[in-house]
Amino acid sequence: MYPIVHTSVLAPTITKFVIKAPFVAKKRLPGNFVIVRVEENGERIPLTIVDSDNAHGTITLIVQAIGKTTRLMATKHAGDALVDVAGPLGNPTPILEGKTVACVGGGVGTAELYPITKALQAAGNTVHTVIGARSKDLVILENEMTDCSNHIVVTTDDGSYGRKGFVTDALKEIIESSPEITAVYAIGPLPMMKAVSNLTKNYSKKTYVSLNAVMVDGTGMCGGCRVTVDGKMKFACVDGPEFDGHRVDFDELIMRNRTYVAAEKISMNQYERECACKAKEVAA
Amino acid sequence: MSAINPLKPSERMKIPRQASIEQEAVVRAHNFEEVSWGLDEARALLESTRCLECKDPVCIPGCPVNVDIRSFLQLVMQKDYVGAVNKIRETNYLPAICGRVCPQEEQCEAVCTMGKKHPSIAIGKLERFVADYEIQHDLFVAPVVTEHRDEKVAIVGAGPSGLTCAAELAKMGYKVTIFEALHAAGGVLRYGIPEFRLPRKILDVEVNRIKALGVEIYTNFLVGRTATIDELFGEWGFSAIFLGTGAGTPTFMGIPGESLSGVYSANEFLTRVNLMKAYRFPEYDTPVHVGNEVAVIGGGNTAMDAVRTAKRLGADKAYLIYRRSRDEMPARLEEIHHAEEEGIEFHLLTNPTRIVGDANNWVCGIECLRMELGEPDESGRRKPIPVKGSEFVLPVQAVVEAVGQSPNPIVQSTTPGLNTGKKGIVVVDDVQMTSRPGVFAGGDLARGGATVILAMRDGKIAADAIHKYLEQKRTGGNGQAATA
Ligand SMILES: Cc1cc2nc3c(=O)[nH]c(=O)nc-3n(C[C@H](O)[C@H](O)[C@H](O)COP(=O)(O)OP(=O)(O)OC[C@H]3O[C@@H](n4cnc5c(N)ncnc54)[C@H](O)[C@@H]3O)c2cc1C
Ligand code: FES
Repeated sequence: MYPIVHTSVLAPTITKFVIKAPFVAKKRLPGNFVIVRVEENGERIPLTIVDSDNAHGTITLIVQAIGKTTRLMATKHAGDALVDVAGPLGNPTPILEGKTVACVGGGVGTAELYPITKALQAAGNTVHTVIGARSKDLVILENEMTDCSNHIVVTTDDGSYGRKGFVTDALKEIIESSPEITAVYAIGPLPMMKAVSNLTKNYSKKTYVSLNAVMVDGTGMCGGCRVTVDGKMKFACVDGPEFDGHRVDFDELIMRNRTYVAAEKISMNQYERECACKAKEVAA
Repeated sequence: MSAINPLKPSERMKIPRQASIEQEAVVRAHNFEEVSWGLDEARALLESTRCLECKDPVCIPGCPVNVDIRSFLQLVMQKDYVGAVNKIRETNYLPAICGRVCPQEEQCEAVCTMGKKHPSIAIGKLERFVADYEIQHDLFVAPVVTEHRDEKVAIVGAGPSGLTCAAELAKMGYKVTIFEALHAAGGVLRYGIPEFRLPRKILDVEVNRIKALGVEIYTNFLVGRTATIDELFGEWGFSAIFLGTGAGTPTFMGIPGESLSGVYSANEFLTRVNLMKAYRFPEYDTPVHVGNEVAVIGGGNTAMDAVRTAKRLGADKAYLIYRRSRDEMPARLEEIHHAEEEGIEFHLLTNPTRIVGDANNWVCGIECLRMELGEPDESGRRKPIPVKGSEFVLPVQAVVEAVGQSPNPIVQSTTPGLNTGKKGIVVVDDVQMTSRPGVFAGGDLARGGATVILAMRDGKIAADAIHKYLEQKRTGGNGQAATA
């Protein structure tokens, strides 16, 4: 069991968890993830490690409640425990040194980008950051990201905070005004990473994207996380999760990630029914 | 032991080989309960008396771990079933598993003297009977570990090779820790072989018995990532390490259409169903997809397990597509029979060339070519060659590829000095030591895909070699003689 030592709500549906997992905390590097199982009957889901504290043996995860498992996880608090946390998995992000780079986070992807941005800054890079969200209340980690960036732009799709528009609009301006940028690190929804990669291709800027394929084991054993990069089959969990965004077949991955949409709906409906029953019991 | 069978040899030969009691095929094809209930006591007793008690029992060397089959059969004749299972356990610590999954027809039963003229003794079924008897009557007594040694040994991977190596070392008094990447122990026995062939409660019993020897199991621990081999030697303080990480990386055929939704490696398909219990979705959260028609590609145990699983998940038609003929199938004979009885449709001498998708990127068919057998290839099997213009498309909504596996490279790539050969298989000497002193390896990792019992055999040999290696280190040697 992996005890939850602290939780806090960062935005509606987005929760931060601090979890005791000393072996993971000790070895984790920016870009690594863990596979988590919340309860005994649960599925295995990958979650990026946002931060770690070796002295206390803890790791930080930031989770958006979108499916049954993440919603169930959102009901957990300090004192509860997760049944399984395996990791650190995946390859650490290649961190450049002493260059100028851009970091682009979309939605909860900003949380995954945070440890990388921090490491890039620590490695002496000049960091331009763009974080985007649908609306103001979904902007997360603005202070933390500001602290590890030389320059930051916040965008919202609806204009309720920061600049109105997509992250790509802001990124385009940054690249044009700072041509010395050598690499772009982008994490967010697949369509966003695709758009960023399409943009940076025009400027020949090396672009790292982190692929959130559907995973089971996370150790290279099932091949469920396969993606096509440069025309070759790669396993996101062991060959990635980061790949060269200019070589990723995003459309294929977007389709593959829809495989379990119907099943997810069944799971969710059943979960909601169970929650409703429990609520009734509590009320009675 | 002298002969004790009261029957004359001629009488023994007249007794027919006793068959297992099985669930009816039409029923079991729709549930995940065990196919076979094994022998009952009366059948087991009768079967044991078929044994000719050969002076030179050839069945014993026929067993990769040399179970004293003759003695255990004699104990069955005397109704000392616990004595019999303990006799097996002297050399095989997982009898309830081996009785179910070993390819006996290629091992002990293949050389059985009775088998020359009559059906051979049902050694595997008797092994299972005594092991099940002990479990049902709760008669297991853990061996007492009398000696205690200071050295700690790490086992990487909780498959049959790792579990066996751990049990043997624990019995010798070593402090043994198993590190397993997944959340449960068992390896392929947990995630690959389905419930209907190996019930999880049997596996749990066997794993618990290994824990009862004092073996500690750390799950969720991926060696190479959570800690490296060098760290296990260094800060973790282990004196020797056994690698039993299996051959878990799935091979894909490389045909067009493999990224469509509904295409699985057998590992993924079986892991979803067995480890994650997708057959009980949505009670368990992990889903799996089978449509009305499913194609499974391959001819080994993995393919057989996948196709029978697909049928049980509700597929009307479950096809097995294999490019050679039935005789060349590497699967256990019993599994092929069972699959046929359950209505699996075999497309033999057929090779898939393309997976066809619909507008939503879902599988809707598989295009295949007919094959004919040509000259024998390097494996000695006749090589299938395509028949020109014989393409046809089978409508299917899911495809499972069971066309082979290779070792997972994580440990090898993070362990300097660990030599690998063809397909990333770890190179070992005749006592399972790798090119890194103190690091031993066995099972599928050192063989490519093999069998449970060969993995166990490697684990046993390695345990003895680790013992010798550590004794030599203790007395000041460098342990090299362990390989002599
Ligand atoms: C579907 C299927 C059916 C089969 N049926 C039969 C049968 O009927 N009879 C038979 O004899 N054989 C059968 N086999 C073959 C048999 O299962 C294998 O030969 C045997 O399990 C190999 O044992 P092993 O100990 O080498 O490895 P495995 O059983 O593969 O176990 C390896 C373990 O190591 C873990 N691991 C891997 N990497 C790491 C790491 N870096 N750190 C920590 N842990 C790690 C894995 O998670 C796994 O649990 C079958 C195989 C399959 C796939
Ligand atoms: S998640 Fe199974 S191979 Fe990547």
